[in-house]
Amino acid sequence: MISLAGRDIMHAWGKFVFTGVGLGLLIGVTLSMAGIYRGMIDDAKVLLDNSSADLWVVQKDTLGPYAESSSIYQDTWRSIRVMPGVARVSNVTYLTMQVRKGERDVRAMITGITAGGAGTPGWPPYLVAGRQITRGHYEAVVDIASGFRLGDRLQIRRNHYTVVGLTRRMVSSGGEPMVFIPLKDAQEAQFLKDNDAILQQRRRSAANPTFNKPASPGLLDAFIASQNSNVNVNALLVKIKIGHSADDVAASIRRWKRLTVYTRSEMEEILVGKLIATSSKQIGMFLVILSIVSAAIVAFIIYTLTLGKIREIAVLKLIGTRNRTIAAMILQQAIALGVIGFVVGKITATLFMAPIFPKHVLLEPLDSIFGFAAVVLICVLSSIIAIRAALKIDPAEAIG
Amino acid sequence: MIKLPIQSRTLTLLAVIIPLLVLFIYVGLRSGPLAPIAVKTGILESRSITPGLFGIGTVEARYTYKIGPTFAGRVKHLDVDVGDQVKVGQLLGEMDPVDLEQKVRSQKAAFKRAKAALGEAQARQNFVKNQKHRYEQLFASRLTSEEIVTTKRQELQIAEAVLSVSQEELARIAADRDGMIAQLNNLRLIAPVDGVVVIRNAEPGNTIVAGQSVVEIIDPKSLWINAHFDQISALGLTSGLPVHIVLRSRSGQILDGRVLRVELKADAVTEEMLAKVVFDITPQPLPPIGELAEVTVNLQALPATPVIPNAAIRHQDGKVGVWQIIDDELRFTTVNLGVSDLNGLVQVLDGLDVGDQVVIYSEKALTVHSPIHIVENIPGVPQ
Repeated sequence: MISLAGRDIMHAWGKFVFTGVGLGLLIGVTLSMAGIYRGMIDDAKVLLDNSSADLWVVQKDTLGPYAESSSIYQDTWRSIRVMPGVARVSNVTYLTMQVRKGERDVRAMITGITAGGAGTPGWPPYLVAGRQITRGHYEAVVDIASGFRLGDRLQIRRNHYTVVGLTRRMVSSGGEPMVFIPLKDAQEAQFLKDNDAILQQRRRSAANPTFNKPASPGLLDAFIASQNSNVNVNALLVKIKIGHSADDVAASIRRWKRLTVYTRSEMEEILVGKLIATSSKQIGMFLVILSIVSAAIVAFIIYTLTLGKIREIAVLKLIGTRNRTIAAMILQQAIALGVIGFVVGKITATLFMAPIFPKHVLLEPLDSIFGFAAVVLICVLSSIIAIRAALKIDPAEAIG
Repeated sequence: MIKLPIQSRTLTLLAVIIPLLVLFIYVGLRSGPLAPIAVKTGILESRSITPGLFGIGTVEARYTYKIGPTFAGRVKHLDVDVGDQVKVGQLLGEMDPVDLEQKVRSQKAAFKRAKAALGEAQARQNFVKNQKHRYEQLFASRLTSEEIVTTKRQELQIAEAVLSVSQEELARIAADRDGMIAQLNNLRLIAPVDGVVVIRNAEPGNTIVAGQSVVEIIDPKSLWINAHFDQISALGLTSGLPVHIVLRSRSGQILDGRVLRVELKADAVTEEMLAKVVFDITPQPLPPIGELAEVTVNLQALPATPVIPNAAIRHQDGKVGVWQIIDDELRFTTVNLGVSDLNGLVQVLDGLDVGDQVVIYSEKALTVHSPIHIVENIPGVPQ
């Protein structure tokens, strides 16, 4: 049994393989697009994983701390700590801002973590180099995506921080690398205005006769001091005791402490369903469009390949080859093209495209399997036009 | 030889297809969730660590002297400026006395008048006393009437009373005069100690309320640092411990000092302990009051025990432990941790022995079934 498709491919294999590679690049882009979509969802999930919390306690009626701003007093943790079922509580602050190092600056999410040692909720759960923070001030653990190295000095607002540890895949839902600094510094960073603003504020307060009465000389100083303190945090991360249900503990905090509480699944819903909803839909649309374009291109390629073989097919018909054999040949070629395309696409997406994207591209094996099935299906469907064209060929064209 | 063209074509095809397939399989297995996780391991060793505490504080003066008038007035002149060295007893400035000097003069005149009145009363009393004596002798000789003698005695009593009034009036006016002079002297702002002027709050002509300070003086020898230590990491903070101080303006320079005292009252709002730290040698030039300082307290070195870097500590299901590698297999070993130092080394009290291999760094979070491969450095970490 001679494989007609094989023979034909061998006849002009260079052209065939190059077409496959071209198709492969297109499939690679499509796979990368799917990877970007998965990466966005993964970013949202690692953010939750890394905080290692079971519950998020935030300001009442807000979607904080990631999707909306939330602010609660820093000593609220004490009243949450004594609730039944609560194992650990820690304060946390999040602030996305530019972090400066010399001339360069990087957009990063500053995370303020409560003192207490590795394993405290909010702390980076693992490192790739260096050590965890040991001092209560001016040390930072940063994600390697920020490009900083161990020992670098970063500037956040007016303070300088030494990088003592590096992490990997610790990003915000927007994909910005995280910078972990001690909570007290982060509270200051979140609140601290630049020096000009502080001076102007002081001048305004001094110009206000209510606060600058000649008869009470200490009032202005007291008022200025009260403007320069921040006792708020963005959220509380709660670890619950083993054997307690997260929903029950959340319900009792909601009821008795009158704060909004989110469980892990609710938080995921907020991040995936609300925070990145539009951008993920955008990427999803691109994915659909790319798939349609790929299908169209595969159809064109197969159609052109078939039309290039009109004379040969006519000869086959003339010697009495059955239609089924001709259809099988075209189908096999289409599938072979799809397979080469998929292999090339997978390789380029993994080795060349994923690493150069600035955001995380997650290529899941299951997605690849679905992708492969889709490619084969698209090839089969698009070969139908070519098969119809081939079957219509008049055997007489072999001579004419 | 006829089949050669086909064979060479097949060979070329294979030369393209096989590497592609190999690459594909490599990509499938070496990336994504199936890929082994790069980990960096370390061997548990026994070492002595020196725990330390880290806090920040501000430079403050132990004694600040706020010099100002005791009642409202206007500044007449102020002779010192910020940075001036002053000696104890030195005149720093003066408040405007307004009419106080005139009042003192008036009191002085009144004093003189009272003194004259006293002289008059004295003379009168002397005369009356002599008269009385004389008439008593005459009465003894029965040369005068008893009524006249009685009158003279009464006159002497009156004269003595007038003398007493004059004496007391003189004392009153003298006290009034002294009070005025004391008030006048109180308008002079005098340095209570040797020190440096740090604030000049008012200028000549300014009106000052009672109790408001005109200048502030500190004793430069009494500079200390009001340091804050987070309560959670302040174990072992006691007075007398040696410290290293880094001032924000002199970040390259480490100054030595010691903990003078740990305050009995902690800060309940910020959850910090407060301690006062003094310099062994006061730095010159003087650090400005209010400058930020980093304070590192070195505790006593501890005897050698097994230690691990804090990067190795993981939490699984509420338990503290490390990922141990036994026969190339991962195992989560719960450990009991002791104190840690500022370089990130933590004592292992039990759970691990010296020589055990543990995971320090990993590319991802690990589970028991994670495929791992041990590397020198985690890929992607800038060297």
